[in-house]
Amino acid sequence: MGKQDRDFKAVGTRPLRPDGVEKVTGRAKFGADLSAPGMLVGRFLRSPHAHARIRSIDTSKAAALPGVKAVVTGDSFDITKVSSGNHDTLANVMARDKALYEGHAVAAIAAISVSIARKALKLIEVDYEVLPHVTDVDEAMAADAPLLHENMFTANLTPKPTKPSNIANFYEFGHGDIEAGFAKADVIIERSFKTAATHQGYIEPHACLANMTQDGQGELWCCTQGHFMVRNVCADLMGMEISKLRVTASEIGGGFGGKTTVFIDPVALMLSKLAGKPVKIVMSREEVFKASGPTSSTSMRIKIGATNDGRLTACEGEFNYQGGAYADSPVQFGAMSAFACYDLEHVKTVGYDVAANRPKNVAYRAPGAPMAAFAVESVMAEMADRLGLDQLEFRLKNAATEGTRSSYGPTYNSVGLTETIKAAQSHDHYSAPLGANQGRGIASGFWFNFGGQTAVSLNVQEDGTVNVTVGTPDIGGSRASMGLMVAEELGIEYDNIRCIIADTSSLGYNDVTDGSRTTFSSGLALINAAKDAKAKMCARAARIWDIPAEAVEWKDGCVQPAGANAGEFEPMSFAEIAANADNTGGPIAGHHEINASGAGVSFGTHMVDVEVDPDTGYVKILRYTVVQDAGKAVHPAYVEGQYQGGAVQGIGWALNEEYIYGEDGRLQNAGFLDYRMPVASDLPMIDTVIVEVPNPGHPYGVRGVGETSIVPPMAAIANAVSQAAGVRMTELPMSPPRVLKAMDDAKGG
Amino acid sequence: MRFEAPTSLNAAIELLENEAGVVRILAGGTDVLVQLRSGQVEPDLIVDIKRIEAMQTITEEDGGFRIGAAVCGAELGGHAGVCKLWPGVVEAVELIGSTQVQGRATMVGNLCNASPAADSVPAMVAAGATARVTGPEGSRDIPVEKIATGPGQTSLGRAELVESVYLPARGVHSSDAYLRFIPRTEMDIAVVGAGISIEMDGNGICTHARVALGAVGPRVMLVEDAATALIGTSIDEAALEALAQAASSAATPIDDKRGTVDFRIKVAGVLARRAAIIAVQRSRVD
Repeated sequence: MGKQDRDFKAVGTRPLRPDGVEKVTGRAKFGADLSAPGMLVGRFLRSPHAHARIRSIDTSKAAALPGVKAVVTGDSFDITKVSSGNHDTLANVMARDKALYEGHAVAAIAAISVSIARKALKLIEVDYEVLPHVTDVDEAMAADAPLLHENMFTANLTPKPTKPSNIANFYEFGHGDIEAGFAKADVIIERSFKTAATHQGYIEPHACLANMTQDGQGELWCCTQGHFMVRNVCADLMGMEISKLRVTASEIGGGFGGKTTVFIDPVALMLSKLAGKPVKIVMSREEVFKASGPTSSTSMRIKIGATNDGRLTACEGEFNYQGGAYADSPVQFGAMSAFACYDLEHVKTVGYDVAANRPKNVAYRAPGAPMAAFAVESVMAEMADRLGLDQLEFRLKNAATEGTRSSYGPTYNSVGLTETIKAAQSHDHYSAPLGANQGRGIASGFWFNFGGQTAVSLNVQEDGTVNVTVGTPDIGGSRASMGLMVAEELGIEYDNIRCIIADTSSLGYNDVTDGSRTTFSSGLALINAAKDAKAKMCARAARIWDIPAEAVEWKDGCVQPAGANAGEFEPMSFAEIAANADNTGGPIAGHHEINASGAGVSFGTHMVDVEVDPDTGYVKILRYTVVQDAGKAVHPAYVEGQYQGGAVQGIGWALNEEYIYGEDGRLQNAGFLDYRMPVASDLPMIDTVIVEVPNPGHPYGVRGVGETSIVPPMAAIANAVSQAAGVRMTELPMSPPRVLKAMDDAKGG
Repeated sequence: MRFEAPTSLNAAIELLENEAGVVRILAGGTDVLVQLRSGQVEPDLIVDIKRIEAMQTITEEDGGFRIGAAVCGAELGGHAGVCKLWPGVVEAVELIGSTQVQGRATMVGNLCNASPAADSVPAMVAAGATARVTGPEGSRDIPVEKIATGPGQTSLGRAELVESVYLPARGVHSSDAYLRFIPRTEMDIAVVGAGISIEMDGNGICTHARVALGAVGPRVMLVEDAATALIGTSIDEAALEALAQAASSAATPIDDKRGTVDFRIKVAGVLARRAAIIAVQRSRVD
């Protein structure tokens, strides 16, 4: 395992989280928990059709109903003043000429009560011309498929297409000569795979409270992964100056990437503007499923060649991702990450981003990578079996290491894949015996991680405590991690630091909490802000001692004379300098603004044991172990939580979760009863192993850990189920009817 | 919308009789509230029957038990007598919802909701339970399988309600069992359900059997061929195979979001067989 010379004091410990008490006592304020005087209720009217032209919308009867205070349709927003990059967002928030999926918002009203709002919605008359629809990715790519957008010409294709299609984008990655690589192979395996669309499944539905005043200023309280993004997008859609809209992020009941865009917020603001009163909107669970972001359904083809001794000679992949109504699939990341685990001479991937009559895609934890890994690692497992090689040895033999040219371009610096594979090899799980109808699956996975725009503040109080202000919503315990890094840097107690998520008027722009970036980027910025504060405190001490600022240094949490020549002074503690701030120049604060780069990539290797009921196809997860490189685990308990959470979401994706559409293009399972996420009793305790190969791009070696953990599970589980069932499973979810049919077909054939 | 909580059966019947609009009877409310919240139904009148004392009780009657319409799953599961006599019915009721839902949901509500996938119904049908239906014309006892006529539809008249369900007495070497298939371990709805009740003689030969299947047709079905496969046998491997085949043959499921036709047909047989094995084991314990 990786080593770091540095001896950490705070980082690596497991203190309580600052938001814990409020959350476990029910006092934390989530999106729907805020109220305002005179507040109205906002409700949406949504398209019952998968694809329809909107001939007209008559809202006059609804507007005339007593108690209705505002009505909004697509025409309420002036698209000519909205930047082109937000046109799809606007059209998704409120349909304009066409409804592109069942559940697409077509109108909204604000009323004084829920019952009046419901009545008013029934009074809105929409004249639809129902159009043919398409929801399957392969069908949407066909030449004769119903066309969603007349102006969609596939980008990045040469020659440029002359006819519009549902394929929005084409991507290609790789290096070497793929045909030459396959020519060198002793064994070539090629297979096709399909996966169903899944939802992020956060427990908290989208909710917001908007308040526009008559002088054109606005406040918005909402549940989001990025309130600065919400502010900028909403200001653009509303035609407001950015500084006039203040957005505060509530506590968040899960996001997993799904809260990195806007759905209801601009509509609440517009309703509030028209009504002259605060407006609250809370989505129902059905609306969350039908109209907020699932991720892609996919269709993929993988071809891998290897020599008899287990060296990969060539890897090829074709990835077709259904990206919803506006083709927002993460296929680019899928094609980039598919073979990122391996050291390859010849590799090529292509990706197609496809529009279909489904909700607009939104990011879901390591967007695009889990599906690609399912396909690639399934073929890798099959190859190892075919070659008679141990699964982990085969991966180790081909693993990417420092200096490997990645399948998507850059050359890796220090990476931890081999360390995770070796840790898996030595784990007792790997050698534990299996019983009848049981199988063990292995898979590795990769995620890029991200840095991005970050601004933080750190205020030293007169009693020696510190307030830390960040702009990245805490979706996984990051406030605790921030406190630990500041404690480490300042040499003060964790309990003396309080971290909050500030509103958009309090800090410079912060990118969304996504890409596993927050502990890395906000942490990096805070370490620098702490250094900034320490430099100022050194100057204060120098001033008190009346010696040059260069003549003092920070050592062991105190300011001290830098050497014998500086003079004889007792070291001043952090608390002493803080207490004297008013006499030495006023408040002491540290700041840092950065567009962070250097986010280290992260690899993981998963092991899972399953048992398949031969008579029903039911899959029971018996044992699950996640091994992942964290660079440096700042708060190991929350790192383990991220590993476990990713594995659990992957188990759901692998076994039962799916968007099920009827012939009519309508979603049939818009609720947690029939959208089958795992429940606690479906799961074993998820074991975790934290590997630490420091990220050279972070002062403490931190890598993002939030996403990699959802990349290997579907492949690992598919490999285990395939072994237990005696037949290769190539389609997700591996629901009991599908597994039973595969077993019966295999027996019959 | 009017909400009434009468304290007598007669008052409840009178309320039902006098309401011309849409009525919902509320016992535990675990179905009605979901329908209300989703906008599926907007009743003019809701009659809460929980305040009617007789509906809250479990009474021993002729060696069997009469279970009031407002008795919740948790109470039923806590009743030693019912658990001993009809363990299959109790385990079926206890599969409904979560621990919290068990504190509200009732067996009679499950029956009158008329879902073909209702967990307690195949077990009640297998048990030969009868429902006491009461209305303006008085009361009548009918087999529980006559209550549902199709998904969400019942044979009850407009001012009638099910006052109680009676689980009869049974012989010494007898027992019952219920199994359902769900893709998860709890908090789910049956893709297939199978309830079996058997009675054996002193020589270990099955003298009486009832087999009921859920979620494989428009309503819970009593499968006589499946019972015939067991009666007169020692419920050996051959009988179990015949039972599974009879159950699969009787199933007339549909393809839907919860499962396919082929899957349900096969699993109906698998569950019937597994439930029979459990019922036989239980009959020996006594």
